[in-house]
Amino acid sequence: MNRHVLSVLVENQSGVLSRVSGLFSRRGYNIDSLSVGETEDPKVSRMTIVVKGDDYILEQIKKQLNKLIDVIKIVELNSEQSVFRELALIKVKTSMETRASIIEIVSIFRANIVDVANDTLTVEMTGDESKIEAFINLMDSYGIVEIVRTGLAAIERGNRQILNQKKYEED
Amino acid sequence: MKASDAIVKSLLNEGVDMVFGYPGAAVIDLYESLRKSKIHHVLVRQEQAAAHSASGYARVSGKVGVCIATSGPGATNLITGIATAYMDSIPLAVITGQVKSAMIGRDVFQEADITGATESFTKHSYLVKNANDLPIIIKEAFYIASTGRPGPVLIDIPSDIQAATLDKYIQPETVDIRGYKPTLKGHIGQIKRAVKAISESKRPLIVAGGGVLLTRAQNELISFINKSGIPVVHTLMGKGAIPTQNPYYVGMIGTHGFPQANRAMAKSDLLIFIGARIADRAWGGFGDKMLENVRVIHIDIDPAEIGKNLGSHIPVVGDAKHILSEMTSKIESLDTKDWVEELKTYKKTIQHADSEFVNPRYAVGLLSRKLDDDAILVADVGQNQLWAARNFEDKDGRCFLTSGGLGTMGYSLPAAVGAKFAAPGRQVAAVVGDGGFQMSQHELGTISANNLKIVILLFNNSRLGMVRELQDRNFGRITAVELDRNPDFIRLCDAYGIKGIRVTNNSALEAAFDLALKNKGPFLVECVVDCNESTL
Ligand SMILES: Cc1ncc(C[n+]2csc(CCOP(=O)(O)OP(=O)(O)O)c2C)c(N)n1
Repeated sequence: MNRHVLSVLVENQSGVLSRVSGLFSRRGYNIDSLSVGETEDPKVSRMTIVVKGDDYILEQIKKQLNKLIDVIKIVELNSEQSVFRELALIKVKTSMETRASIIEIVSIFRANIVDVANDTLTVEMTGDESKIEAFINLMDSYGIVEIVRTGLAAIERGNRQILNQKKYEED
Repeated sequence: MKASDAIVKSLLNEGVDMVFGYPGAAVIDLYESLRKSKIHHVLVRQEQAAAHSASGYARVSGKVGVCIATSGPGATNLITGIATAYMDSIPLAVITGQVKSAMIGRDVFQEADITGATESFTKHSYLVKNANDLPIIIKEAFYIASTGRPGPVLIDIPSDIQAATLDKYIQPETVDIRGYKPTLKGHIGQIKRAVKAISESKRPLIVAGGGVLLTRAQNELISFINKSGIPVVHTLMGKGAIPTQNPYYVGMIGTHGFPQANRAMAKSDLLIFIGARIADRAWGGFGDKMLENVRVIHIDIDPAEIGKNLGSHIPVVGDAKHILSEMTSKIESLDTKDWVEELKTYKKTIQHADSEFVNPRYAVGLLSRKLDDDAILVADVGQNQLWAARNFEDKDGRCFLTSGGLGTMGYSLPAAVGAKFAAPGRQVAAVVGDGGFQMSQHELGTISANNLKIVILLFNNSRLGMVRELQDRNFGRITAVELDRNPDFIRLCDAYGIKGIRVTNNSALEAAFDLALKNKGPFLVECVVDCNESTL
C-alpha cells in the first residue's frame, strides 16, 4: 500500500467536494488527507488528495475521479519533483519550567508561536509531513492539548503547470 | 420568458416529445407550461414507474428518456428507477421540483436533498440556482446523459426558479464542458494491436455486452463477424447484439447462461469483450485462474471499466460502433471453421415434458415464435427474467429489455409502457413473476388509461421463486417467500378493464397467445407454474 499524492483541478462549484469525498468512501478507498482551495482562476479549485493504495486502487481512483464531470484534471505528484507542505496548529501545555525548552524546540523547527497563555502555547508550523510528525513527537512529552492540521498542499517544482500537462490517459 | 416555459422550450430543442411523470406542488409551474406545449405527458401511477418508463422509452427510441417528479416524496420515489438506469447505462433526464431556494436546508415541507441522495448513481446532477442558467443546464444534461457512456442526469429545480422570469432566453448552440470529453474514436495503435492479436489467435471469441446495443452497433458487429468468422457469446445486457440464428451465435454466458457459452469462454485463447463490464454475474464461475491461459481485448467507452473487474492485455477505449468498423476494415478472414464447429457440437435442444403446470421455458419459446420479427420483450427480475432471456429468440430488429445491473423487481410493466410509447407499431410483451407484478401493478392504471397493447405474461408460481430456490439450495428450507394468498390476477386486471386468461398447462398456451395478440388492448396471460420449478 503506497502513499500517493494527487493534485486535482475541479470546477469551483457547490457539490464538488461532496462528489469527490463521496467517491472515496463509497468505493472504499483510503484517504489520508484532502485539502482544497481556489486557484489563480476563481472558477477552478485545486484539491490535494493523499491516498493509500496499490497500483490497482490508484488506477481506479484516477479513473473514477476522471468520470466526475466537474473534475478537470488529475496529476499524480512525486516527492522529488514537487514541494509538499502542510500547516499544523499545535497547542501544548506549558509551565514555568517547560516554557523555555519548548520555545527552543520551536525555533529549531523554525515554527512560530502564535498564542501564549498561562498554561499553554500554540505553535504554528509548516513543513512536509515528516517534519510535522517529528515536532509533534517532541511535544508529546510536554502534553499536547490540541492539534489541527490542514492536510497536504502540493505543487510541482520548476516551471511546470498542471494545466499544461498531458491529461491522465488510460492506455 | 417564464422559466417553466423556458424549460419546456429547452426540452423541445432537445427533441423531446414525450415525458413520464407525476405532478405535485413543487412542479406546478412546470406542469402548466407542459400543458400548453405539444409535449405529451404520460401520467404514471407511482414515480418509480416514471423513471422505468422513461428507461424503456430511451432504450427503444434511442433518445434520452425524460421523467418528472415533484420535490420530497416524488423525488425519493424516483430513486430506484434512477439507480436502475444508472447500472444499465440508460440515458435519462430526470427533472425534479425542489422547495423554494430560500427554504433549502431548513427541512421544510416536502424537502429532500435529491441531488445528494442520488449522487452515487447519477452520471451528473444540477441544483438550479438561477433561472437564466436553465437553457445551458438542460442542454448540458442531455449532452452528458446521451454521450460517452450514457446515464441518468438529474436536474433539481426549486419552485421559485420555475416561476421566475429569464432576462432573455438564449439558446446555447454547443456544449463545452472542460472536464467532460468522452473518447469516442478508438486509439488507432490499440486497434492495430487488437487486430494483430486476433489474427494470431486460434480460438477467438467475442463477448458482446450492453454497450453494443447502446451504441446501436449490431450491424457493425455482424459485418465484423462475417468478415472475420469469430463466434459470439453475450452477457444478459448484450442479449440481442446478434440474432440467435446467426451461424456464429453461441449463447449467453454467466451464472445463468448456457453451458455451451460458458464452455466457449473457457476454451477460447482470445476473449474480445465489447461494451461489457463483466461484473460478477457474467464472470461468475470463471475465476481469475482462467485468465492465465487467455489473452483479453477489452473494448469499452468507459476507461474506468477497463481493468476494474478484469485485467486486459489490449484495452481499447471508445465507441463500439466506431471501433468495430475500424477493426472490420483491418481484419482478414480467419480460419475458424473447426473452432466454430467445436462450439456447435455443444448445443443441445431442450425437451419440455407436458405436465399439470405451464412450463415457463416452453411458454416463452412459444410466445417468441408467435411474436413479430421486430417485437420487444421486457423481462422483470427473478426466475422469469432468466426463463425469458434463455428462451426469447433474438432477431435482427427485436429488442430485449431487462434490469440487468441493479436487478430491480417491478421493472417490466413500466418499462413496457415506455417501450410501447416509443414504438406504438411494434408488439410489446412483458414477462413478470407474481412478486414483480405486484411491485408495479399500479401501472395497470397507466396501461389501461392509455389502452396500451401490451401482452403481460405473468408466471404465477405463488412464490418469490428465485429466492425460494436460493433458500432451498442453501438451507433446505424456505421462509418469507410464499405468496399463496395472491389476488385473483384475472379479476384484478378486469377491475382495470384489462382482459386476461389463466392458463394451467402447456396445451392451452397457444390459444391464449393467439387471443392476447389479436386483442386490441392490453392482455394478461397468467400461467400457473409449479412452485418448485427451477430457474435453469
Ligand atoms: C426490488 C427488489 N426487491 C427484492 C429483490 C430480491 N429478489 C430477487 S428475485 C426475487 C423473487 C422474485 O419473485 P417473482 O417476482 O415472483 O419472480 P420469480 O422469481 O418467481 O420468477 C426477489 C425477491 C429484487 N431483485 N428487487
